[in-house]
Amino acid sequence: MSDETAVKDKKVRAAVEPTIAKSETRKIEVRHEEPSTEKKTTKVKVDDACAFFGTKQALFSVNMEIAEKEVTAIIGPSGCGKSTLIRCFNRMHETVPTAKFTGDILLDQKSIFAPTMDPVVVRRRIGMVFQKPTPFPTLSIYENVIVGLTLNGVRDKKVLDEKVEWSLRKAALWDEVKDNLQKPGAALSGGQQQRLCIARALAVELEVLLMDEPCSALDPISTSKVEELIHELRQNYTIIIVTHNMQQAARVSQKTAFMLNGKLVEYDATEKVFTNPSNKLTEDYITGRFG
Amino acid sequence: MFDYQTYRRWTDRTMVFLCGAAAFIAMIPLVSLLAYVIIRGVKRLDWTFLTSIPTPVGITGGGMGNAIVGTITLVIIACCVGLPIGIMAGIYLSEFGKKNKFAWCVRFTADILSGVPSIVTGIVAYTLIVRPMHNFSALAGGVALGFMMIPIVTRTTEELVKLVPHSIREASWALGVSQWKTILNVVIRTARNGILTGVLLSIARIAGETAPLLFTAFNNQFWPHGINEPTASLTVQVFTYAISPFKDWQDQAWTGALVLLILVLAVNMAAKLFFKNPRQLLR
Repeated sequence: MSDETAVKDKKVRAAVEPTIAKSETRKIEVRHEEPSTEKKTTKVKVDDACAFFGTKQALFSVNMEIAEKEVTAIIGPSGCGKSTLIRCFNRMHETVPTAKFTGDILLDQKSIFAPTMDPVVVRRRIGMVFQKPTPFPTLSIYENVIVGLTLNGVRDKKVLDEKVEWSLRKAALWDEVKDNLQKPGAALSGGQQQRLCIARALAVELEVLLMDEPCSALDPISTSKVEELIHELRQNYTIIIVTHNMQQAARVSQKTAFMLNGKLVEYDATEKVFTNPSNKLTEDYITGRFG
Repeated sequence: MFDYQTYRRWTDRTMVFLCGAAAFIAMIPLVSLLAYVIIRGVKRLDWTFLTSIPTPVGITGGGMGNAIVGTITLVIIACCVGLPIGIMAGIYLSEFGKKNKFAWCVRFTADILSGVPSIVTGIVAYTLIVRPMHNFSALAGGVALGFMMIPIVTRTTEELVKLVPHSIREASWALGVSQWKTILNVVIRTARNGILTGVLLSIARIAGETAPLLFTAFNNQFWPHGINEPTASLTVQVFTYAISPFKDWQDQAWTGALVLLILVLAVNMAAKLFFKNPRQLLR
């Protein structure tokens, strides 16, 4: 094991330990939810996904089914392929020049790699929020929210106005910015920028929201706001969130996937993964005994 | 007694002094040039000079109105040739040509081209346009200047578009915006100020060129009637008047030089204004 990973693991341990001490078991607190009686339909199905950068393989035949209107968290140490996996979901993986992908990903039973599927359309249905907030620096808040629409030809002012308010309300940002819609998007605080990016993704015909460590650049208050938002959005959207923070995974998700070295080690209900993992590796990782 | 501390302090002082002195010496030619052009040029600088055409040999008076119009015409033609090619080539290099051989060739050629003596560019325009069309013209002069703009604009555009962070592009793709719309509306819009600055600087650079115009735009003593005839330009006019034996023309040459200086300075200042805050580009 390299030094770097060792340091990371130490950090993970430090983050988890207080919780361990408090509950006197190895448990991480999980928001308990009654298992829903209705059978959830599968929104995204990953079928034997392998991803490569040049000759280096980053994902090794990952299979998973992601249920509709649930939050799925993907956890694992740095470099385990979490980000690569979710970047495959909206075909962002292939924008890297040397990247290759084999296997298949189905959105509503239809392959997103089918010749009839345009990556541009896929990305409108499967939105993404990045680790670092990326508002467009030259655009105002208003323009930032609807940029996905205006750049695709929507011109109707009334539609746009409504969409801006609707998206910002959905992203719990409306009250904070409604008087300053013409200010540059980059003038907001980091947490607000991140919610602006979420609003921006919601404004297009979003069905699935991918979040690549959306809170790792935010302070705790902004983080809790974003987490609250994730709970709200779960009513209508399928959310897949990559996170380093295990407490966060436990707080926001219904399903958790644990990845290690490009392989999917365990994928189950969050409560099960954090309280009674079936794989020894998962247990070692979430208790901080990893490595 | 050797004291290292003292030795170091004195070395430091000497070096700072030498650098300051060098900077001062570097300023001398610049300031004296500016001052001299202003002193010699200002006495003929009036409305007549700016608005009338040259008088026949031996008659005092007249001005360089046609040359000012000519220079502006040439710059506009040069922009029509140089900007579309230069900007698009720059975008190609930064967006599509990171590593391929063709892009390497383009880059290499652009670097060579920006070092080519301007008179050679003039000869090329002469062969390509003046010879087939059998006359000197503003078109030929403008094209020659445009050729000079291409490499400058290409390289500055490339560098400035490269400065736009990759995350911005990814964010746009992730919203389902196609690549060409991303480049046009997001990347270029973000780099807009920078590109504009590059364009203005290249204009300032070519507006002062004389050599490529000598056998392309040539010269003209009358108001221009179109781009397909020989056209006066400030630089060529200054050159012609300065080597003439007439006192009045020599004075006018100085004033012409002053007008050119003011124009170029104005463009440079405009560029500075656009680029007031370099971080605005990345914000």
